[in-house]
Amino acid sequence: MAKILVVTSGKGGVGKTTTTAALGAALAQAGQSVAVVDFDVGLRNLDLVMGAERRVVYDLINVVNGDAKLNQALIRDKRLENLSLLPASQTRDKDALTDEGVARVMEELREKFDWVICDSPAGIERGATLAMRHADLAVVVTNPEVSSVRDSDRIIGLLDSKTVKAERGETMEKHLILTRYDPARADRGDMLKIDDVLEILSIPLLAIIPESMEVLRASNVGCPVTLNNPLCAPSRAYIDAVRRLKGDTVPMAVPSDKKSLLNKLFTRRAA
Amino acid sequence: MSLRKMFNRRGSAPVARDRLQLILAHERGNAGGSDLVMVLREEILAVIAKHVVVEQDRVQIRLERGKDVSTLGVDIELPVPLVPRRQAA
Repeated sequence: MAKILVVTSGKGGVGKTTTTAALGAALAQAGQSVAVVDFDVGLRNLDLVMGAERRVVYDLINVVNGDAKLNQALIRDKRLENLSLLPASQTRDKDALTDEGVARVMEELREKFDWVICDSPAGIERGATLAMRHADLAVVVTNPEVSSVRDSDRIIGLLDSKTVKAERGETMEKHLILTRYDPARADRGDMLKIDDVLEILSIPLLAIIPESMEVLRASNVGCPVTLNNPLCAPSRAYIDAVRRLKGDTVPMAVPSDKKSLLNKLFTRRAA
Repeated sequence: MSLRKMFNRRGSAPVARDRLQLILAHERGNAGGSDLVMVLREEILAVIAKHVVVEQDRVQIRLERGKDVSTLGVDIELPVPLVPRRQAA
C-alpha cells in the first residue's frame, strides 16, 4: 500500500514540478517503487521535466474516463525502472476529471506502488483540490517571498479542510520545502529568513533547496536534478528530504554564504 | 550606497515578515466563515431601512485593518428631505 504525497503551493512557479521530479527520483534511487502523477490538466510539464514528453500516449484523463488502462498510461522511466509517470492531458481541461474517477485511479495506484506523488497545479481551484484530495501527507513548496508564503498559508488551510483525511477528522501531515533560498540575500536582510517562514506557516521543515544553476540545467535536459547531478547542493537537500520522509533523522543542512570577506568586498551585488 | 546606509542597513526582510504576520492573522480569522463585511452591510442596512428609506447602492462600507485595532466605516447617503418609512398599516 502506497503513501500518497501531494506537492502543492498555491502560487505558481515556486518549484512544485521540480520538487515532484526530484523527490520521485530520489525515492526511486533509494529502492522504492514510485509513481509521479501530473494533475496540471491543460498545462502539463512534469513529462518535460522528467524527459518523457515524447513517450506520452495516454494520460490521467483517459484513465479516469476509462478510455485507457492505468498500465497503458503509466510511462516507465528509462533511467530508473521503479519510477513511473502518469502524465496529465494537454488538450482537455480540469473539468474532465471526475471525483469518482480520480478516487478510483488513486486507489489503483495505491495498490501498485510504495509512493504516489501528486504534482498539484497552481491555484486553489478544482485541479489543486483534487490533487490533494486523497493524500496521506503533503509537501508545501514555498519561496522565501511574501506572495508565496501567503498562498502557502491558504493552501495549508485547504489541506486541513478539503481533503478526505481532514473530512474524516484526521490530521494531515504537512511538510515545508523552502525553495530558491539565497543565503547571500538572507544575510543582507533582503530575503525572509528560514525561521520567519517557519514561524509564520508553523509546519515542520523538510528541506531547504538553495537557489542553484543545477536545477535549471536538470530541467533543460529533462532529468530530475537528483539523477542529473546527485552531488550538487539542491540534490543533496532533496535526498536528505527523502530520508526524512522514510523516517530517518537527518540533520538539516542550512545553505550558507561561503564567500570570503575579501571575495564579498570585490563582488558586485546583484540587483 | 552611502556609508550611513551601509552600517544602518536593516534590510527589507523584517518588513516582509511583519506585513505577512499581520495579513495572515486576519485572513486566518476569516477563513471558513462568510464574508464579514457583506454580513455587516446587510444587517446594518436592514436596521436603518426599518426607519428610513435608503437606496441600496448609496451605501459604502470600509474595513481598515490595523495592528491593534480595526475600524469599520459605514457611509449611508440619506435622501434630502429625510423620508421616514411609514408605519405598516
